[in-house]
Amino acid sequence: MIFPTTPSQTVGPFLSIGLPWAEGEYVVPEGTPGAFRLGGSIYDGAGELVPDALIETWQADPAGRFADLHGHGGPSELEGFRGFGRSGYEEGDGTWSVYTVKPGPVPWLDGRMQAPHIDVSVFARGMLHRQVTRIYFADEEEANAADPVLGAVPAERRSTLLAQPTDDGYRFDIRLQGPDETVFFAV
Amino acid sequence: MTSKPFWDAITDTPTSYVREPEGAHPPADFPPYKSTQRRHPKEPLVYLPQSITEITGPALGSDRVAEGDNDLTRQHEGEPIGERIIVSGRVLDTEGKPLRNTLVEIWQANAAGRYRHKRDSWPAPLDPNFSGAGRCLTDDEGRYSFTTIKPGPYPWGNHHNAWRPAHIHFSLLGRAFAQRLVTQMYFPGDPFFAYDPIFNSIRDEDARKRLIADFSVHDTRPNWAQAYTFDIYLRGPGATPFEEAY
Repeated sequence: MIFPTTPSQTVGPFLSIGLPWAEGEYVVPEGTPGAFRLGGSIYDGAGELVPDALIETWQADPAGRFADLHGHGGPSELEGFRGFGRSGYEEGDGTWSVYTVKPGPVPWLDGRMQAPHIDVSVFARGMLHRQVTRIYFADEEEANAADPVLGAVPAERRSTLLAQPTDDGYRFDIRLQGPDETVFFAV
Repeated sequence: MTSKPFWDAITDTPTSYVREPEGAHPPADFPPYKSTQRRHPKEPLVYLPQSITEITGPALGSDRVAEGDNDLTRQHEGEPIGERIIVSGRVLDTEGKPLRNTLVEIWQANAAGRYRHKRDSWPAPLDPNFSGAGRCLTDDEGRYSFTTIKPGPYPWGNHHNAWRPAHIHFSLLGRAFAQRLVTQMYFPGDPFFAYDPIFNSIRDEDARKRLIADFSVHDTRPNWAQAYTFDIYLRGPGATPFEEAY
C-alpha cells in the first residue's frame, strides 16, 4: 500500500438527490423468471424506523455468475442481469426493497461452495462509514449449515442474517443497533 | 510487483484487497456527531474474508450515465447562480493505479447552501436552475471532471450554531464490492473546519486533509470557471496474514 485510502464520510440526509434512480431497485428486469421482492425495515438503536437510509445489494445470478465488469468467474448469461440493487427514497418510511432472483452457490476461498447469499451495504445519516452485512435465505437450511461465513458468526446471532419467505418474496430487516442487532462484517 | 497472489492475470484485477489500518475511516460511534448515537453497531464486526462476491462489483455504465451528466450547470433553461467551478481528479487505488471506467456520482447544495430535497428546511432560496446531482465514468487514466457551482455552507441541528463546511458528496463504486466508498469533498480554507464534527470524525489530521480539494490555477479557465482538483484513493490489491492462512 503506497497511498493511504481516502476516508469515508456520511452519505447524509439528502442522498436521494444523487444516488437512487428509477431502475436502481431492479437487480433483474421486470418479468425475469423466478424474480421476487426482497426488502424489509431498517431500525435504529431505539427501535425507530430509519427513513433516510440507502441500501445497496450485490449478488450472483442463479447460476452463480456475476455481472462483473472484469469477468471474474465468467460473465452472467441471464438477460438484463445487473446483479446490483439500490434502494433509497426522498421521503422514506423506513423500509427498503429490491426486485431480484435467488443467487446460486459461489465458491469459497478453498473451493467449497458458499450458501446463496447477497452482500449488502448500508448507508445513512449518522453513519460515518458504510456497514456491510450479508443476506442468506432461511429456506436454504442445508447450504446454510455448511456455509463458512455463517459458521464464523456466533450461533445465537445467525438468525439476523436470514431472509424469511413472504407471500411475494423474502423479508430482511436491518437493525443498526440494540437487541437482535444485525451482524455486520469487516470486509 | 511481488503481490502476484493478489492478482488475477486473466481479468487483470486484484483477487484480494488490502485491509485498511485502524483510523483510516471515522469511527462508527462518534459522540460529537449526535446522529451516530443510535446508528452504530455495538457488537464487534465479524471478519469477512474476501470471496468472489467481495472482489467483484457492478458495471454501471451507459445505463446510469448519459452525455452531459457531468455538467450540473446545464440541466435547466438558465444557468444556476453562484461561482462556476470545475472539479476534476483521478480515481486511483492504493498502489497508484488508475481505475478506468468506474462510476463517480456527486450531489450537493446550491450556492445558498440549500438542497433540492423535500426534507431540507433551511430557509435559503432554491435555485430553479440547479438540481445538484451529476455522474460520470472515469477515462482510461482514471480521470473524472464535473462542471458545477460552488455549494454554500448551511446550518444544521447537531449543536448550537452548527454549520456544515461547504462540501460536495462523492460516491465511488470502484470495481469491487470491497472498494465501495461514499465521502465528501471540502474546499480549502473553510472557516467551519474547526467546528464540524463530521469533518473532525476523521481523527488523523493528514487523513482529514485528503478530503480537501486543491485550488488549481493551472486548470482554471480564463473568463469561465475556477478549478479544484480532488484525487480519490480506493483500496488496492493486498491481503492480511490471516487471510493467507485461511
